Amino acid sequence: MSDVVEKTLTALPSLLSLDSQPGSAKLSSTSKLGNLIRGITELTSKHEEEKLIQRELTSIKDQVSSPNTSMRQMKELMVRAIYCEMLGYEASFSYIHAIKLAQQGSVLDKRVGYLAVSLFLNESHELLLLLVNTVLKDLQSTNLIEVCMALTVVSQMFPKDMIPAILPLVEDKLNHPKEIIRRKAVLALYKFYLIAPNQVQHIHNKFRKALCDKDPGVMTASLHIYLQLIKENSEGYKDLTASFVTILKQVVGGKLPMDFNYHSVPAPWLQIQLLRILSLLGKNDQSTSEIMYEVLDESLRRAEMNHNITYAILYECVKCIYTIQPKSELLEKAAKCIGNFVLSPKINLKYLGLKALTYVVQQDPKLALQHQMTIIECLDHPDLIIKRETLELLFRITNGQNVTVIVEKMLDFLRISKDDYTTIDLVGKVAELAEKYAPDNEWFIETMNTVFSLGGDMMQPDIPNSFLKLLSEGFDSDEEDRKLRLFAVDSYVSLLQSEPNKLPQRFLQVISWVLGEYSHLSAELEPATVMTLLSKLLDLKHTSSETKSWVLMAMTKLCEGGVAISVAQDIYETHSSSMDTVLRQRAQELQHLSQDSELRGRVLPRDAGLMPLEVDSSLSFLDGFVSEALAAGAAPYKPPHQRQEELAQAKALSLEPYSLSLPISMSSCSIADRQSPTLMSMSSGLSGDSTDLSHKGGSTTLKLDGVKRVWGREGYLAQREPVEETAQVEVPSPLRSPSQQAEADSTQSQTPTPTVTPELEQDKQQLASSLFVGLGSQSSVCLMGKSDPTPQRFRRKAQGRASSSGASEKTPTSLGSTPSPVDNLLCNSLLDSNLVSEPTNQTPQASQSLDTTNGNCHEELTDVKENNPSLIHNNEEPDKPKDLCLSSHLPTELSGLSHSEITPLCSNQSVNLSACHVQKEDSLQLVIFIFNSSDSALQQMQLQVDSGELKLSLITDSPVEEVRSHSVAVCHYSVTVKRPSVHVEVLGMLSYQLPGGTPQTIQFSHKLPLTTFIRPLTLSTEEYGSMWLAFSQDTKQNLTLINDDQDPLTTTLNVLKKKLQLHVVEIIGVEGIVACQLVQDQPCLMHCRVHAGTLAVWLRSPVPDLPDCLLYHCQRALQEH
Amino acid sequence: MQFMLLFSRQGKLRLQKWYVPLSDKERKKISRDLVQTILARKPKMCSFLEWRDLKIVYKRYASLYFCCAVEDQDNELITLEIIHRYVELLDKYFGSVCELDIIFNFEKAYFILDEFLLGGEAQETSKKNVLKAIEQADLLQEVHTHIFSTTLIFLKKKYNPGPL
Repeated sequence: MSDVVEKTLTALPSLLSLDSQPGSAKLSSTSKLGNLIRGITELTSKHEEEKLIQRELTSIKDQVSSPNTSMRQMKELMVRAIYCEMLGYEASFSYIHAIKLAQQGSVLDKRVGYLAVSLFLNESHELLLLLVNTVLKDLQSTNLIEVCMALTVVSQMFPKDMIPAILPLVEDKLNHPKEIIRRKAVLALYKFYLIAPNQVQHIHNKFRKALCDKDPGVMTASLHIYLQLIKENSEGYKDLTASFVTILKQVVGGKLPMDFNYHSVPAPWLQIQLLRILSLLGKNDQSTSEIMYEVLDESLRRAEMNHNITYAILYECVKCIYTIQPKSELLEKAAKCIGNFVLSPKINLKYLGLKALTYVVQQDPKLALQHQMTIIECLDHPDLIIKRETLELLFRITNGQNVTVIVEKMLDFLRISKDDYTTIDLVGKVAELAEKYAPDNEWFIETMNTVFSLGGDMMQPDIPNSFLKLLSEGFDSDEEDRKLRLFAVDSYVSLLQSEPNKLPQRFLQVISWVLGEYSHLSAELEPATVMTLLSKLLDLKHTSSETKSWVLMAMTKLCEGGVAISVAQDIYETHSSSMDTVLRQRAQELQHLSQDSELRGRVLPRDAGLMPLEVDSSLSFLDGFVSEALAAGAAPYKPPHQRQEELAQAKALSLEPYSLSLPISMSSCSIADRQSPTLMSMSSGLSGDSTDLSHKGGSTTLKLDGVKRVWGREGYLAQREPVEETAQVEVPSPLRSPSQQAEADSTQSQTPTPTVTPELEQDKQQLASSLFVGLGSQSSVCLMGKSDPTPQRFRRKAQGRASSSGASEKTPTSLGSTPSPVDNLLCNSLLDSNLVSEPTNQTPQASQSLDTTNGNCHEELTDVKENNPSLIHNNEEPDKPKDLCLSSHLPTELSGLSHSEITPLCSNQSVNLSACHVQKEDSLQLVIFIFNSSDSALQQMQLQVDSGELKLSLITDSPVEEVRSHSVAVCHYSVTVKRPSVHVEVLGMLSYQLPGGTPQTIQFSHKLPLTTFIRPLTLSTEEYGSMWLAFSQDTKQNLTLINDDQDPLTTTLNVLKKKLQLHVVEIIGVEGIVACQLVQDQPCLMHCRVHAGTLAVWLRSPVPDLPDCLLYHCQRALQEH
Repeated sequence: MQFMLLFSRQGKLRLQKWYVPLSDKERKKISRDLVQTILARKPKMCSFLEWRDLKIVYKRYASLYFCCAVEDQDNELITLEIIHRYVELLDKYFGSVCELDIIFNFEKAYFILDEFLLGGEAQETSKKNVLKAIEQADLLQEVHTHIFSTTLIFLKKKYNPGPL
């Protein structure tokens, strides 16, 4: 560090002399901030403050834009601008000046400039681009402080697209002699990894170097990157486990310098980081877990001091122990630790104890039993956060026997909670529990009523959806279904009779639907009564128009009998002139259907809920319409991403840099080349192709490239759980046994509505017994006897059921062409789920099938190879001497060109078939030789060839019909690819007749590797860039790198070029871009990057399957090498 | 860490550092919400809060609240110690720091924070190293601090809110 000091000291005199001149001015300007602050503190009203700040901002604005303002003054102005912004007043005019200050100021002004930039702008701000040059300059500075400042700002924010510009400089800093620079460089790379992981893929080995840095600070910094990497792919870093363990051992053993101690605990931050990494590595991995048992034990043992920091380590240790493969000894110690947390009088520790319990309770439910009294106490804790965490814990241990008590507790909490986020979360959990464990119908409906009332309109829309689905689909017993529905109807009628204006919209919608659908189940309920109740909803002020249309739909189902029809008539009159078109339509429907009960019976059949409705998800019934529209000149449909891509392509000047990862120099392209007519026509042909093909292939899903975005403009993007369980098999569930029923009932009757007062220990005991009943046992009773051992969301279950019952949407209530809101709601959720689930389900299959085909091809290839030599070299077989001279029979137009080996296809006693091919630029020429080995002529000969993947057209003028004895006929085809596949196959059949004999046929198949259709595609980097953006089909993989040379990338690419006829467009550093096309005009682009000893390739093409197939051949080509 | 806020008992923001890209509007909404929620909490209550899908860790030092937002799986206790270490750093740098030091020298407080936490991660946890880095850069600004200190001494005398 002494260097820094020296440099700084040498810089000082000049700086000081600068200072000394405008000394007085400086004094006045600095006191300006002081004045401002003092001024504000003396103010009494917000209004006065506003006025003062506005005045201040105006004066700052005048000064910053004045050309006479020195950088020194500018710095002071910036500080004041920051202050104003902190108070919540906008000073956006100063942003550009902050950048200017960072650019032009002397070292100390710069520092404020950078600070202002980092406070004013966020990483998506466009002005940040202006900072790139400044950062570049400072990174190259000899002044260490400037380098530090540049790295500091880069680690906080940097425009993603500009990373390549500074990346090499930052990488260099990893070798800097000063540890502070190395440390900051590592953190800058960490930042780059977070915002653009692709850009730093190639420097993974440098991360390893940082991990081994002799300075503990640099090493600690590198752990941030490793934690992130291991989170994403723990498999790739198992080999580092031992190193992490060793580091942790050294840290725990106090081998680090004293500087790193915090309250005499050695480097706690480092310890926690390592523990988190270890828990990720040891998860589901016995052998890796074993490596860390010892050090975990030691960490537990060493962390004994009574201080927050040791508790932080202990907590992380416990989490780790419960995450990795269990070891009983450690689990015991960890459990004891959790106990200490839970029992601690310190509220923060208690909270963490509960959190840890929640975490481990599924593995070890007994632990919750041990602490049941503490949990009960926490349930009534005055601090809501403790209560909330306790409920979370209880949620995890809910079973059929304690569900009523736990749900009651959760609903109690919901009644007092004011936080929307918590409400939404908790409402979802209650609904889940109610659906899973409901002891009886009444309880279920009442609980759901509370859920709907409390959840209001912010709850997840799938809760009402799945509730309605549950009601309409019913369960195993019709009688049970009827009772449930009847109870719902009764309960809703009484709700509507009391205070309907207090119910949230979603609940009203549910009520309308249920009443419309099931009120006929109630014998004493007249449709007219329900109609009247519902019609009151229409008059309520706050009823939304969506709810109104639900109500009208329900009425349409109900309008039966004189009174009901007259109510319907009234409603029609009020709403037929509504400004809302949907309402108007509903009113019309109500009017018409109430007049025609026969039609109504057909349109809205009763109890249609059980009939699965066929849904034509491909919308094939629209085909006629579409083809008509197309014939009439309408543009073909393009999926949105296609349109966007084409739009991007259609821009006259595409200034977008090529993809994500090439140095920026490439993006500054001259566009003139693009105007050449040939290329234009080709690219337009391409876009057409890609629409069609991608459409046919059905893979219209948007491909997102490997950038994993955790953070978006809206902040943290919560990871959605993948919807994979959709295809679950529905297990026929056993009916609830009477004894279980009795047991559940008795539990319930034992439990008085829990109003626990802390004074009454007895009550607590009772509550405890009702909360923790049945804990640990697997028996769980749930609604209608459906047992489900793993906690599972209702909607998933519903989806599973839906998919098992075929194409499943019930649209019983829909009125033909316009779907009712009910249907919309249900339908949307279902469609969504299908959309989401389809790709996840299919991908594995697809890849599997690809694998298997690959496997086959592999074998076939070797077969062919084994056969080939026998043909070329060992043709001593007496009966096939003519094979050698088959080549002389090649058609004249091909005779000058090199052809492939002549492969035998099949033969019998009279005829031998063989084939060879010639690669021409625009097609593949396939020649089939028919050698008549018999002594008489073949007559009425007919050769038929066909292929699913290829398009073959006969070139020979007229088909040969006769072949004389011992002579050769030739059929010549021109072949192009219709649909790429790893291996394409031509199937053929030859029929012929020997004189006086019966007609005979002989069949053959001929396999061609896709490589024979691949041609180099010559284009410039700029063209490549614009094509890359336009292609939608892509695939990525790592290939082995041929590592026997100084420049492995070039060698590898040359091998590929030679073997597969690819065109290497450009090689820049560790990246290379390669292009090829499949005859004819079906391009495929390949982007290669050397990374961690492998070649990461990324292929893109407009043609489905082409990238995958090409990738396969690349793999093979490199393996064979 | 997602962001760090320092605010006074009166709810005035003293320092804000955002490690996630958020619009100005969102920042204002978040800080307003959080300041309100935290000020409403009683002193004996838990230092952790669930807020949206984040975990808020806060601690009060004299008249100043320090508040950090971390992700749910992060370790709350160590975050609490991050706050404490930051206070220690401020204390060491300013010499028994008080709220006024931070108000009048907020840019210094930012510089210290940037040396301690970078991009939301603990960068350097050794107190000595952080201060060394700051002091080196500060050598250039010696003159400045003097002027500040005179104002400060005056103000400290006037308000005397006591050390943090």
